Amino acid sequence: MVQTRLGDGSTIEMTEEEIKADIERGIEDAVDRAKVDPLSEDEIEKLTDIYTRPSKFVSVETGNELVLTFDEGSVKLKRLAVSIGRIPDLQIYERVFCSDTAELAHVDYSFKPVKPIVAEEQIEMEQALLSTVLPIYYGAMPNLSLYSQPDGAFPNPAELLPKGKIKEAREAYEGMMEHAIKDMVYVGSKMYEAGADGINFDTTGSAGEPDFLATLKATEKLKEKYPDISIEMGMSGEFVLGMHGDLEYDGTNLAGLYPHQQVKMAEKAGVDVFGPVVNINSSETIPWNIGRTVTMMKACAEASDIPVHANVGMGVGGVPIVETPPVDSLSRASAALAEIGKQDGL
Amino acid sequence: MVISHALASGMGGVRTAGDLVARMQMTRNMRLDEAKEYVAGKLGVDVKELTDPVIMDEVREELNIGRVQPGAGNAKGMEAKFNIAKLLDIKINSVEKFKSKTS
Repeated sequence: MVQTRLGDGSTIEMTEEEIKADIERGIEDAVDRAKVDPLSEDEIEKLTDIYTRPSKFVSVETGNELVLTFDEGSVKLKRLAVSIGRIPDLQIYERVFCSDTAELAHVDYSFKPVKPIVAEEQIEMEQALLSTVLPIYYGAMPNLSLYSQPDGAFPNPAELLPKGKIKEAREAYEGMMEHAIKDMVYVGSKMYEAGADGINFDTTGSAGEPDFLATLKATEKLKEKYPDISIEMGMSGEFVLGMHGDLEYDGTNLAGLYPHQQVKMAEKAGVDVFGPVVNINSSETIPWNIGRTVTMMKACAEASDIPVHANVGMGVGGVPIVETPPVDSLSRASAALAEIGKQDGL
Repeated sequence: MVISHALASGMGGVRTAGDLVARMQMTRNMRLDEAKEYVAGKLGVDVKELTDPVIMDEVREELNIGRVQPGAGNAKGMEAKFNIAKLLDIKINSVEKFKSKTS
């Protein structure tokens, strides 16, 4: 028997045959939902090998390492109740964690709340850049929901839709998008002018396809304004929710797109690094979850012309949905996505 | 989580050549293999040596592009980025800003 876990993090034991069967079931689910090719028999064998090894920790073979980007890095140590400023935090990412990039971010991790304090963010970025070597992103979430009442100016689509007010809800989304684009371009411009190596639109699409479209348009505008700016777009879920229902980008309806389709929209807008997400099903086993994760991520990497960095953390990318991700599951997901999922980074 | 990823699959950042490969992905959209080959070519090492901390520490010291444990007199922070921009033949935004404020 081999020890593994459920998606909720609890420990279970399975035979090697059961693990392989669950990986195959996960692959079938990915093929069925995303309409992508399944993994080959060789890839299934390799994935089964990674998930049936008795060791606590698994790593890639030498030479198969990839680039690591981290969202919201500069506030993560603070979240652990470590009394630390953001610049020392970034220096720890560089020289202790040996991360390949880092990200300056505000505790209220959305573009809208950053807008009134962007001057302070610029100063912090300027000072961080003087004392670090690795590339530093400025990151925040598009978070379109902040633009509807009671937080924002527009009627709340979540209240309008149940009342059947489809037209009014769509108009609200369109207004929210306009404001969100302005904030993303404003903050992105300021942080690029402060010297940031790139801007990370993290958790894109969390409010459905209006959120995704707003971020694509903000990317276009920033690229037009600063042709050398580097944009990373990290997604919020594997499937773009259709909250508006009639929004297109370059002739493609955005609702319902899976990672291998999302990345093509991101490329058209000018995104430089794309971060796809595949969610965890907490009731299924980790072998089932990794089967579907690697299948969708590999399809995304193969469809892409730009670097793809899968999101692999709490509740996404084959990692249980817990605050303390177990190293057995996390290291296996990390290695599997590098070696079978054909990722350029994580 | 950061440490687990770094050990399981990470390139090693400034300890090796991870920051340099990342820069080629960010500035030129290079996929992983292309970025590694480009950086290895510029550093004069084999691709497999890019993640060897013993070799890369010597290379980084010789090229003065920042080390994980920089000694006195070694380029640090912005100084190292000036040398990285020249070595990789890329524009680094903060380096350009620094030049515009000081020259």
